Amino acid sequence: MKKKLVKKVLCSLLLLLPSAAVLADDKALNVYNWSDYIAKSTIPGFEKQTGVKVKYDVYDSDDTLQAKMLTGKAGYDIVVPTSNFMAKQIEAGIYQKLDKSKIPNLANLDKGLMAKIVDADPGNAHGVPWAYGTDGLGYNFTKVKAILGAGAPLDSWDILFDPKYVSKLKGCGVSVLDQANDVFAVALHHLGKDPNSKNPADYQAAFELLKKIRPYITQFNSSGYINDLANGDICLALGWSGDVNIAKHRAAEAKRTYQLGYVIPKSGAPIWFDVMVIPKDAPHTEAALKWINYIESPEVNAAITDEVFYPTVNAAARKFVKPEIANDPSIYPPESVMKTLFLLKPLPADIMRLQNRLWTQLKTGR
Amino acid sequence: MKSLNFSRWFPSGRTTVIGVPFLFLFVFFLLPFLLVVGISFSQQQLGIPPYTPLTKIEDDVFTLVLNIGHYKFMLGDDLYFATYISSVQMAFVSTVLCLLIGYPMAYYIARASESARDTLMMMVMLPFWTSYLIRVYAWIGILKNDGFLNQFLMWLGVIDTPLRLYHTNWGVYIGMVFSYLPFMIMPLYAHLVKMDLRLLEAAYDLGARPWKAFVQVTLPLSKNGIIAGSLLVFIPAVGEYVIPELLGGSDTLMIGRVMWDEFFNNMDWPMAATVTCAMVLLLLVPMAMFQHYQAKVMEEVK
Repeated sequence: MKKKLVKKVLCSLLLLLPSAAVLADDKALNVYNWSDYIAKSTIPGFEKQTGVKVKYDVYDSDDTLQAKMLTGKAGYDIVVPTSNFMAKQIEAGIYQKLDKSKIPNLANLDKGLMAKIVDADPGNAHGVPWAYGTDGLGYNFTKVKAILGAGAPLDSWDILFDPKYVSKLKGCGVSVLDQANDVFAVALHHLGKDPNSKNPADYQAAFELLKKIRPYITQFNSSGYINDLANGDICLALGWSGDVNIAKHRAAEAKRTYQLGYVIPKSGAPIWFDVMVIPKDAPHTEAALKWINYIESPEVNAAITDEVFYPTVNAAARKFVKPEIANDPSIYPPESVMKTLFLLKPLPADIMRLQNRLWTQLKTGR
Repeated sequence: MKSLNFSRWFPSGRTTVIGVPFLFLFVFFLLPFLLVVGISFSQQQLGIPPYTPLTKIEDDVFTLVLNIGHYKFMLGDDLYFATYISSVQMAFVSTVLCLLIGYPMAYYIARASESARDTLMMMVMLPFWTSYLIRVYAWIGILKNDGFLNQFLMWLGVIDTPLRLYHTNWGVYIGMVFSYLPFMIMPLYAHLVKMDLRLLEAAYDLGARPWKAFVQVTLPLSKNGIIAGSLLVFIPAVGEYVIPELLGGSDTLMIGRVMWDEFFNNMDWPMAATVTCAMVLLLLVPMAMFQHYQAKVMEEVK
């Protein structure tokens, strides 16, 4: 009798197992995204609409994400690497191809922008962009104009790379992204070389250029500079478009007297896409596809842009974005600027090592 | 007879007691370390995991490939040597500062009344109740240009421009001394509180001034406490990552950070493993010294 009962329990447990797995597939979703990158309403809206419970974790660098993904079995269903990192990871075979029939909202995406990332994701088979942005110069216009005078070419990389200008800004603070990749690409571009160069000599040249301005850089920073710019602790930043706009927004909220702003230098700047992809070992693929479809619904998408100041490739969403953001050329680059932007591409391991080695040398003086 | 033979197969109680920590260390220290050593001889690749296996069996031939390129690279690039020197130097200065601050504190606590002692030791340990990371983060708020310390000093009128402490080596020293001071105080206290005070009385009776009695009696008797405390501070300080990362400047060079760069920025696990192995070797020297002194003490006791 007792034995029978045990058997019964075991059998019913076994029966439960697959259904439990299906349940898990339907009812949970683990998202790993960049910090400060989502609207407050996004997750509650998804949970309400689909009944799927979202676990949302954040990171602040592609390196962290990459290390987790390459260790395997991270347990995430959606991760959001930047295009150049994604390209390598796709090559390593860690992401699955999307079942596009389950994402009808893909029709909302801007085809011209999607075509820009086929280099990183052939045929757009693996990823759907979360947002995109550019690298450019963040200014405290009030302070910089007072120091450099009215005639200074604020729409040129010279402000950062010509000691004549940057040396005068040292006193009020100069911040540069702590990202070897971005900074070397900009320096190579400024020298008229291929920003994705695979020639070691080009990197030495870029290093020499950076070394000349090193004494005037007061910090290397990829997140804290938002507050520093907003609080007036720095007056020039090589930074990311949305971050500088967040700083501008915060400064306005705090009723600061100075004017902040973001400029894409006219000679061109890096553009990048942060792309949603589904790892091959994702436990909840179905829910992940639902999530991508939900994010690409125009109103949801517009709410994210309204809050984080990063544009998305969702063309249908733009008319729902607040007009002051949708019409801001520093957030949505106009077509004429778009032509000057260049995509960062993955680099071979030896170039990456050289770049990071020179970066350490630049920062520490060794 | 038979049962006696049988019992030989079971370890004695003594072996079991010694065996448990050995097993623990084997599983959680030696085995992972051997894996790290293994990775340091492999080759970087794109995939999961991001390094190649050392061995393969092909056509019944077992091949073992050991790539010593990373060790060669490490010896060839002066960055790594400079980093080791700088790490040891930072750890050494922190240790000396801990000793200079910790010794008087331990001395005072050991000579305080018995009831006060427990309260004072409690206060030394109290910071451990907060997470280490949070404590280091709290220092950012204190050391920043417009942080509490600068505001306080400026309010006092001691300085009129803020001291630059955050993002400098000074910030790292302050963070390290704060974090590791209890590790210095505890062994010193343990030695000082055990000291036979009659020895000091004897020294006074023989005409020694307090300072001389301290240098000739107390200091030598607390030597082992100094050594133990110094090693407890020095060894973790060499490999410290969090404090230089959060409080240090971009020119603060320490092994922990270089390891992070190799692992995350270069995605080069084998190189990161190589740097780790070198660091363990570097730390084995003070460890061996510690062992040596311990053994000596044991001998003296005999």
